[in-house]
Amino acid sequence: MQFRSMVISNTKISPGYFRMRLTAPRELLSSQPGQFIMVRVRDAIDPLLRRPFGIFDLGNAPPEFSGGMEQPYLEMLYRVVGKGTAMLATLHHSDHLDLLGPLGKGFDPGDAGEEKILVGGGVGLAPLYYLAKTLAATTRVRLFIGGKTKEDVLCVTEFERLGVETYVATDDGTLGASGLVTEVLERHLLESQGGKGIFACGPMPMLKAVAAIAERFKIPCQVSLEAYMACGMGACLGCVVKGSEHDEFHPDYRCVCKDGPVFDFQELRWV
Amino acid sequence: MMKPDMSVEIAGIRMRNPIMTASGTFGYGEEFSAYVNLEEIGAIITKGLSLKPRAGNPTPRIVETPGGMLNAIGLQNVGIDAFITDKVPFLRTIATPVVVNLFGNTLDEYGELAARLDRVAEVAGVEVNISCPNVKHGGIVFGTDPKSAYDVVKLVREATIKPLIVKLSPNVTDIVEMANACADAGADALSLINTLTGMAVDLQKRRPVLANITGGLSGPGIKPIALRMVWQVAKAVNLPIIGIGGIMSATDALEFMLVGATAVQIGTANFLDPSAAQTIARDMELYLAENGIPDVKKLIGALESN
Repeated sequence: MQFRSMVISNTKISPGYFRMRLTAPRELLSSQPGQFIMVRVRDAIDPLLRRPFGIFDLGNAPPEFSGGMEQPYLEMLYRVVGKGTAMLATLHHSDHLDLLGPLGKGFDPGDAGEEKILVGGGVGLAPLYYLAKTLAATTRVRLFIGGKTKEDVLCVTEFERLGVETYVATDDGTLGASGLVTEVLERHLLESQGGKGIFACGPMPMLKAVAAIAERFKIPCQVSLEAYMACGMGACLGCVVKGSEHDEFHPDYRCVCKDGPVFDFQELRWV
Repeated sequence: MMKPDMSVEIAGIRMRNPIMTASGTFGYGEEFSAYVNLEEIGAIITKGLSLKPRAGNPTPRIVETPGGMLNAIGLQNVGIDAFITDKVPFLRTIATPVVVNLFGNTLDEYGELAARLDRVAEVAGVEVNISCPNVKHGGIVFGTDPKSAYDVVKLVREATIKPLIVKLSPNVTDIVEMANACADAGADALSLINTLTGMAVDLQKRRPVLANITGGLSGPGIKPIALRMVWQVAKAVNLPIIGIGGIMSATDALEFMLVGATAVQIGTANFLDPSAAQTIARDMELYLAENGIPDVKKLIGALESN
């Protein structure tokens, strides 16, 4: 779907990090956790390309300024890292954006009732919130959040409100445990029996470490990747990653936008 | 308001309007079918096809530039066998001509590909990409040498009776010379321009942004060069021309027709707006109706001199 959204709110939640709520068409409410949207940050030729953002949350709410009518909304998290995101940060209520979505292959939540582990780093956390929301009613969910420093750890309260047990780690120890979130995850898995599925989203080094842990502990694991994108729908082949069978003579490239962004960790080549 | 005649014909390919989608930006058609009514555009050109499947370049393959982008996809494609088995069935279901873009590493590969496509009824025509290195001749790009370009086109001409479009590279000193060589070799039409070779650098990492180092520049930034080249070739060569290069709107498309294009291709614009080709077609028709122009063909080469 291609649709026009109105910005409802655009809030700085931490230095450099924003949470934006937008109006959404009703059909978007059936999106899968892990799917994403391509946002045209400005109706102009510069910045040229749309920017991809994971769906952080979807819901129905009475909008502030109209008489209590239900308004489906979509939320995304973003960090200001360049031209496009800097432009988004300047927007406010009543600005409009052109969106494409829902795109990509989302998480497969698996069977209800089995404990699930979520692992997120920085703004990679975003799709995990929507996933947690769909799981929390029926499943015990544990979330491991990492970041360089406490400012990179986002939305802990929101997850806790869903009933998710949250474990935090920062590289510099300014919040939670000191060290890598994957180290905390590993310690947890060694101590307890829990966790029938891992869902991870964050920087590539974090995903590599999670994949290694999943391999070691033999736990099914899905990872959500990020990639620089142009078309967002599997046509331009700009955002590919290597599949597990890929080698020089037998190419096996997957599009992060269409075959992903969520992959079973065993589908990919990690070296 | 009267309904203008938007139809054009190139080498026997009848199109309902002059809007085609450019190779590499529209997949094989199916990818965009959720956003665009494929039967509102004039023709589709598929992703470039080679004899064997091709992996393409390592990533990063794309990067944005001011008013444009660089791509170094590396011609990743499924190869002709998989194209015929997996992609052709969908093409059968749409009432829009599909032109197959093809390329080879050697002269022979061009000939063999053309011969095989000649037998596929669903293919309305071929567009020959000559912006590739000839691996048997030290990697010299076919499209930068008039003799190489002539040889490729001659071989393809002998291998197929289908409408033969040659896509010209702008990375040459004299595009008219290249156009003449292709016309002499038997091309039915010329499409120009392909991308311009460019580069991006990451200051922080002190490295090229693209894994391939260089890539092809496309988008609004290249339109002035494309317009100039279409204008030059149209004056020199007596073949229908398809204009490509930074077309984002009906205004852009009409400018290309004024300088001599019979049809245009929409490429990078599809990334900004998947319905771009359809919107441009509709807006062109509106322009014609509002300005009392009964037939779009009246605009071809209608540029007046200063």
